[in-house]
Parts: sequence; C-alpha cells; structure tokens
Amino acid sequence: MSTTEKYVTAAYCVVFALVLVYVLILALKLQRLEREVDELAGRVPDEDTEQAPQEPARVG
Amino acid sequence: MGRTRIPLPALAVSSVVLVTTALAFVFFVAPNDQSLGFSQRIFYFHVSIAFAAYACFICGAWQALRHLWKRDPRADLASYVCVHQGLIFGTMVLITGSIWAKVAWGRWWIWSEDELVLFLVLYLFYCAYFMLRFSVDPGPQRANLSAVYALFGVVLIPVSFSAIRLARAYFHPQVFTLHGPNFGGWILVTYCMAQAAMLVLAYTLYRLEIGGKRLDVRLRRLREALA
Repeated sequence: MSTTEKYVTAAYCVVFALVLVYVLILALKLQRLEREVDELAGRVPDEDTEQAPQEPARVG
Repeated sequence: MGRTRIPLPALAVSSVVLVTTALAFVFFVAPNDQSLGFSQRIFYFHVSIAFAAYACFICGAWQALRHLWKRDPRADLASYVCVHQGLIFGTMVLITGSIWAKVAWGRWWIWSEDELVLFLVLYLFYCAYFMLRFSVDPGPQRANLSAVYALFGVVLIPVSFSAIRLARAYFHPQVFTLHGPNFGGWILVTYCMAQAAMLVLAYTLYRLEIGGKRLDVRLRRLREALA
C-alpha cells in the first residue's frame, strides 16, 4: 500500500469513526431516555388496579 | 392534513445502503484522476460532506427564521439540531481536507490559503453558537438570541464556497464551475452517489437526534408535572 493510499484510507476511516461515535452517543442517550420513561411509568398507578373496584358487583 | 414522514428505520437502511454503494463506487468503479491520482478519491466524500454541512447550516437558518416569525419552540429545537449536525459534518470536512492537503501539498494546514481559513472561520462561528446558547438560561431569550445568530451565520456560506474559486497560491480542485460539474462519466456518477449518501445520512442523523431531543423535552415536562 502506497503512502497516498494509506492517507485516503485514513480519511475514510476517520469519517466512519466519527459517524459511529456520534451514533453511539445518540444510542446511549436514547437508552437513558427509555430508562426515564420506565421510571415515570412506574410512578403512575396501574389503570387496571384503579378500575377494578369500580366494576359493578353481581347481585343475586 | 398531517405531513407524512419517512419512517426512521427506512431512512437508516437507506443511509447504510447508499453509503456502502458510494464507498464501492469510490474504490472500485471511479477511475484515477489524471492530475491528482489516487488522492482525488478523498474528494468524493470531502466535497459531499461539505455540501451536507452547508445544507445543515442553511436548514438551521431557515428554522431560525421560522422561529422568529412564528415563535414556534419546535423550530428553535430544529435549528439547534441542524447547526449541531452542520458542526459534526464540518469537523469531517476539516479532517478529510487536512489529510488531502498533506498528500497533495505536503502540509496539514496552510494559514495563507483563504479557502481553508474561511471554512475554519465558518466552523468556529458555529462553535460559538453553542457557547452563546448555553450561556443563556433556557427560555424565549435564549431561543431568540440563538435564532438571530444562526441567521447571521448563513452569510458566511457563500463566502466560504467562493473562497475555493479565489484560491491562487495552492491548487485546490474545483468540483463545480459556472458551466456545471468539472468532470463527467463514472467520476460524476460516483460523486452524485456520494452526495446522495451524505445528504440522506445527514437527514437520518437529524431525525434521530431531534427525536431524542423532543422526547427529552416531553419527559422533563412530565417529570415537572408529576413532582
């Protein structure tokens, strides 16, 4: 491999690495957001347990 | 009627396919340039990335204008993400350009070259955008200041673009002239492929980032409402 070929390859590798790092950062951020959504969902009372006592009781 | 948007997974797949095809064209299809030789292959991505960066900055300015006009907070966020994308692509332009300069001119950087310095000025101008934005508390004032700054920045784009045509001391290849593209055949096909790949990649990354940012804003509001 000549020096020019090495430089050209390095240029494309740098572009690839930068895009990869950027996508990884975005993926990590989305993971954090997903965790936060789960945490908030845990705080909200479950709809089924709230609605259960409101069901009409059987008579007769 | 709501706007129909291309789903993000479809965009991601298109980006991967286009970038892979462009790379295959760059290394296996495009012929060597007669004057620049093998090093010219850097230009397929270097120029495409530069145009993608300009497009991001122009979109950022357009969203900034929309924000100032309609006072839409979504436009402020979109403008911020566009500028951020532009800066990432700008970083790639500077790095790939420096590598080409090392091959062609034997030096990584030449301060006397207008096209290099003007692109660096544009880049630093947009770096300062973030310093300005994060030095002001979140709110309408921050959004307005950022929007005005992003609008001013767009003036530097034609200056940076035309500087390549004014370059005299060192030979900087001109991809486009007043008479159209400066090349034809497979070189033009490869360049168009690389340009399409970079624009689709930029749009995909934009959609990914703005999706995360909007979710972040909604979560923050929800957290405040629940507190």
